[in-house]
Amino acid sequence: MGIVRAIVKSALGVVLALGATTATAEAPKRGGILTYMIPADGGPSLDGHRETTYAVLHATAPFYSVLIRVNPDDPSSTTDFRCDLCVELPKPTDDGLTYTFKIRKGVKFHDGSPLTAADVAASWNKVVHPKPGVASARENNFVMVDTITAPDDETVVFKLKFATLTFLPALADPYAYIYSKQKLDQDMHWYEKNILGSGPFKLVDYQIGQSIKGERNPDYYHPGQPYLDGFVAIFAPKQAVRTDAIRADRAALEFRSLPPSARDQLVKELGDKIKVQESDWNCGNVVTPNHQKKPFDDVRVRKALFLAIDQWKGAQALSKIAIVKTVGSIVFPGSPLAATKEELQQLIGYSPDIDKSRAEARRLLKEAGQENLSFELLNRNVDQPYKYVGTWLVDEWSKVGLKVAQKVVPTGPWLDAMRSGDFTVALEANCQNVVNPIADVGRWLPHEVYRENYGYFADPAMIDIYNRMLRETDFAKARALMRQFETRINGQAHQLMVTWWYRIVPMRSYVEGWKISPSHYLNQDLANIWLDQ
Amino acid sequence: MGRYVIKRVLLVIPTLLGAAALVFVLMRLVPGDVCVVRLGSSGGTFDPKAIALCHAELGMDRPVLVQFLDFVWGFLRLDFGTSMWSGAPVTSEIWARLPISLEIAILATVIAIAIAIPLGAISAIKQNTWIDIVVRVFAVGGIATPSFWLGIVSLLIVLDVTSALFGAPWMPPIEYVPIWQDPLRNLSMAVLPAVTVGYRYAAVSMRMTRSAMLEVMQEDYIRTARAKGLMNKLIINRHALKNALLPVVTLIGIEFAFLIGGLVVTEQVFNLNGVGRLFVQAVQNQDYTLTQALVMLTVMVFVICNLIVDLLYAWLDPRIRFS
Amino acid sequence: MATNIGTIGLSPVATDQGPKRLSRTRRLFRFFRRELLGTFGLLLVVVTAATGLCAELLAPYNPTANDFGAMMEAPSWEHLLGTDQFGRDLLSRIIYGARTAMIVGLSSAVVGGTIGLVMGVASAYFGGKTDLILQRVFDVFMAFPLIIMALAVVAIFGTGVQNVIIAITIPLIPRCARVVRSSALAIREVPYVDAARALGFGHARIILCHMVPNVMAPFLIMVTAFVGQAVLAEASLSYLGLGVQEPVPAWGLMLQGGAEEYASSAPWIAIFPGVAIVLSVLGINLFGDALRDTLDPKLRKR
Repeated sequence: MGIVRAIVKSALGVVLALGATTATAEAPKRGGILTYMIPADGGPSLDGHRETTYAVLHATAPFYSVLIRVNPDDPSSTTDFRCDLCVELPKPTDDGLTYTFKIRKGVKFHDGSPLTAADVAASWNKVVHPKPGVASARENNFVMVDTITAPDDETVVFKLKFATLTFLPALADPYAYIYSKQKLDQDMHWYEKNILGSGPFKLVDYQIGQSIKGERNPDYYHPGQPYLDGFVAIFAPKQAVRTDAIRADRAALEFRSLPPSARDQLVKELGDKIKVQESDWNCGNVVTPNHQKKPFDDVRVRKALFLAIDQWKGAQALSKIAIVKTVGSIVFPGSPLAATKEELQQLIGYSPDIDKSRAEARRLLKEAGQENLSFELLNRNVDQPYKYVGTWLVDEWSKVGLKVAQKVVPTGPWLDAMRSGDFTVALEANCQNVVNPIADVGRWLPHEVYRENYGYFADPAMIDIYNRMLRETDFAKARALMRQFETRINGQAHQLMVTWWYRIVPMRSYVEGWKISPSHYLNQDLANIWLDQ
Repeated sequence: MGRYVIKRVLLVIPTLLGAAALVFVLMRLVPGDVCVVRLGSSGGTFDPKAIALCHAELGMDRPVLVQFLDFVWGFLRLDFGTSMWSGAPVTSEIWARLPISLEIAILATVIAIAIAIPLGAISAIKQNTWIDIVVRVFAVGGIATPSFWLGIVSLLIVLDVTSALFGAPWMPPIEYVPIWQDPLRNLSMAVLPAVTVGYRYAAVSMRMTRSAMLEVMQEDYIRTARAKGLMNKLIINRHALKNALLPVVTLIGIEFAFLIGGLVVTEQVFNLNGVGRLFVQAVQNQDYTLTQALVMLTVMVFVICNLIVDLLYAWLDPRIRFS
Repeated sequence: MATNIGTIGLSPVATDQGPKRLSRTRRLFRFFRRELLGTFGLLLVVVTAATGLCAELLAPYNPTANDFGAMMEAPSWEHLLGTDQFGRDLLSRIIYGARTAMIVGLSSAVVGGTIGLVMGVASAYFGGKTDLILQRVFDVFMAFPLIIMALAVVAIFGTGVQNVIIAITIPLIPRCARVVRSSALAIREVPYVDAARALGFGHARIILCHMVPNVMAPFLIMVTAFVGQAVLAEASLSYLGLGVQEPVPAWGLMLQGGAEEYASSAPWIAIFPGVAIVLSVLGINLFGDALRDTLDPKLRKR
């Protein structure tokens, strides 16, 4: 019962803007080349298992298949997963410990060799249990997996160590490309410099730092797809270039996000030649006080920091100039596990009565003897949305008498300062690809468990709640534990989530078939895109 | 002359060695390293095991002196190693990006010479007239204008003007095609950046042409010829120009080596996949091998340009030539 | 490089005064009349410097005050040059930016020039091995393009006004040293230097009292050129994101990020700071040219 309501709410919770394809879609036209831009420089290698940057994903996802994925025709749903290489989504057996997938027959790699369950198992073993010397970026998402085997050519069996709600969403990882076992046996590092998949497109040309091109795979197993004859992806790190390129139709779109001003400008100039899709984004900024630096070891000071911020008004104002919009706490706002508005307003820093909050903040600061506290906010030298959010935070804190200066540094020193604990308060970001809330909130765990939590605090109670939640298979009970987890973090004022990000993807009107999702890592294989030209 | 040549060429070695040491030390003083950037750049999880693995893979766990000697030895054999960021050979990384940068550099040089020498000469001949003032202001403008700002503004103007005239805005292509495949498209991509970079280049050359011409025109033999009324003014001026060209040519040669600075920012503005952009990426990624190779390349160009200039002057100076 | 290296060749001048000299004011007058462009340049420089000095008096708004209600507004009576993407008044930021530009420009040029002067003269004076080694050091540093060297320094020491000044100063030192050295070499050979040594004058005294005054002309010309180059270098560094940081008002910083992104919809954000840079560097260079024309006997008008 709760699940039905939750699913309905999640569907409503995401905003799909004007110009998105209507329910009565036209029949897709075949043909055409899609030119799009990748808003970054090329990643270090071509191996999806190893890399974490979306640049690699946007460049290589069209060449590969995955086992399961978010529904490409409804990617904004956080619960609708579909099969790509499998035949149907299995129900777990053995008290939720075993998942048995049947693999499609007749799938071929681009070089003609057949794809079997052995390839699926080999690829997943590379992700989950990488051999020494092989890096797997998301290894930690799969701690629950015990073994992956392929008893025959059409069956892959995942055995888990414990039952959990996080497994299936984790399995829909868009980076989990299925590689050829033969190539992996030859050389585990082969895929770092080469591309051989079974996806909707075959590699035509890769110019380092410049572009990557693909053409239709005629043997693709999803009937009718891909509609496009091919694609060209151009690396374009500068936003001004991307906006101008869309304006001048040098490219149709970029798949990450443009800021509100670019959208407004394009809409104003191009009218009906442009359409925009928008969505909440599974990314957000986090204010992280360093608990090891005085006076942020004092929970009163941290609470004051959070109380001073007017999330509701701030989000509204910032959404006009930055890629942020929704106020939320630790769970992605569109997920059924997220707090409702009423639940949210109970938390520190989310009260609708900002004057009361600020008065309380001042009182706490006075009590802690830190009335005229001044400190540096460590921020990343990226405009959207870091510098905007940082500037806004500095302003908010000044309203309770805190004097804050922003220390804006490039990405390298920013990460370095946080890793070494050489900062007072940092503004960082939290981005996940598939919406998998229970797994995603693992990043709030103390440093001893989650190495990238730079708050440097200890909290065994938190760890305990989390472990119970991870192993809880009943949805309603898991949600209750999530609220407990959330309240614990908030009550101890460990870290604060400020403003979830907001994706804005303007595209030329002739691009059809692509639907926006909460993550710029999802739905990038381009198989269902067609051009209305 | 022979002794001078040998001495001069030998002096190149300590310069290169010094540059190698400098870039080596500078890179390693920057906090963080390529492994952190690679594994943790988009805020994802990375664990110290992976970092340690990465360090071992790239040879970064070896003693510093060993790494330096390896670098120098490799440089001597023209083996620049592999990029720490992508694992591809440095040579292929640079080779892939050389065409567009070279094209813009050459185009900028052509534009610079075509503008600078005639304008500089006219400005010198018509010294203190309004032509002179206009040209001088134009030249100083070229030195005063930041090239990236010029790029941004020119792109803006192109977009807005074409939008106003033709209804649809036009911008240079963002995807590179070699000149033999599609010359028109290739040139339309290169012309705006070349003009942006070339303006400053032209400005510097223009000023040098002007002052060199002025110097030559004050020489006694020119003044005498004029006083005697022997030769046509045009012939005198052409004669002066020929003699003034030497310092101009040497300046153009030396400034070519400095073009890389202009390319670095211009390629950012126009989204060109060139060597300048590679440089910025390499430094940001803290890719030691690639940065070292690029710096050594730039230093080599500078050193060679200077060497040629010095040898040329030595050859022209009879005291050295015949010693 | 702004200066024409080939034209700075001076004949050594003895430090004693010549027989006939016009009064100071008459010479100044002649300078202004003959060098129209130079005077214009000086005017621009004075305006920039004055703006920077009196920024508090001139700026209508606080340059770092955000106003999310007035973002990216076109120039109007309220905001003469418009506002940027944070709602900050552009005119005020440009006015305060003049201060940053002058600080960065003058500090880098003066410090870099002075160190270069000392090293160049010392190198020429001591000659021999010292000269050889110093020359190689100069070569190494000169071979690095200014931007690359500054990039590295900023990456190591971090961003911010101080570090930007250091980053720009370092590449300027060898450039000045080289030029000063070649001028100083000519003076080194003049007999009275040897005579001074014979009389027992110390190294320092000879360098400071006899050699330095004679290289002042090319030195001053270089320093004025450096100020312009430093302002441009700061702009380029900030454009690459490695210079002065938010929310300090600096012209180069104003051209970074937001300005370019919004260039199509709010062009004033990109245009005005650029114009400020162009005008100030133009002024510096025009003045420097006039200075060189006056001080360099070879280029005196016929």
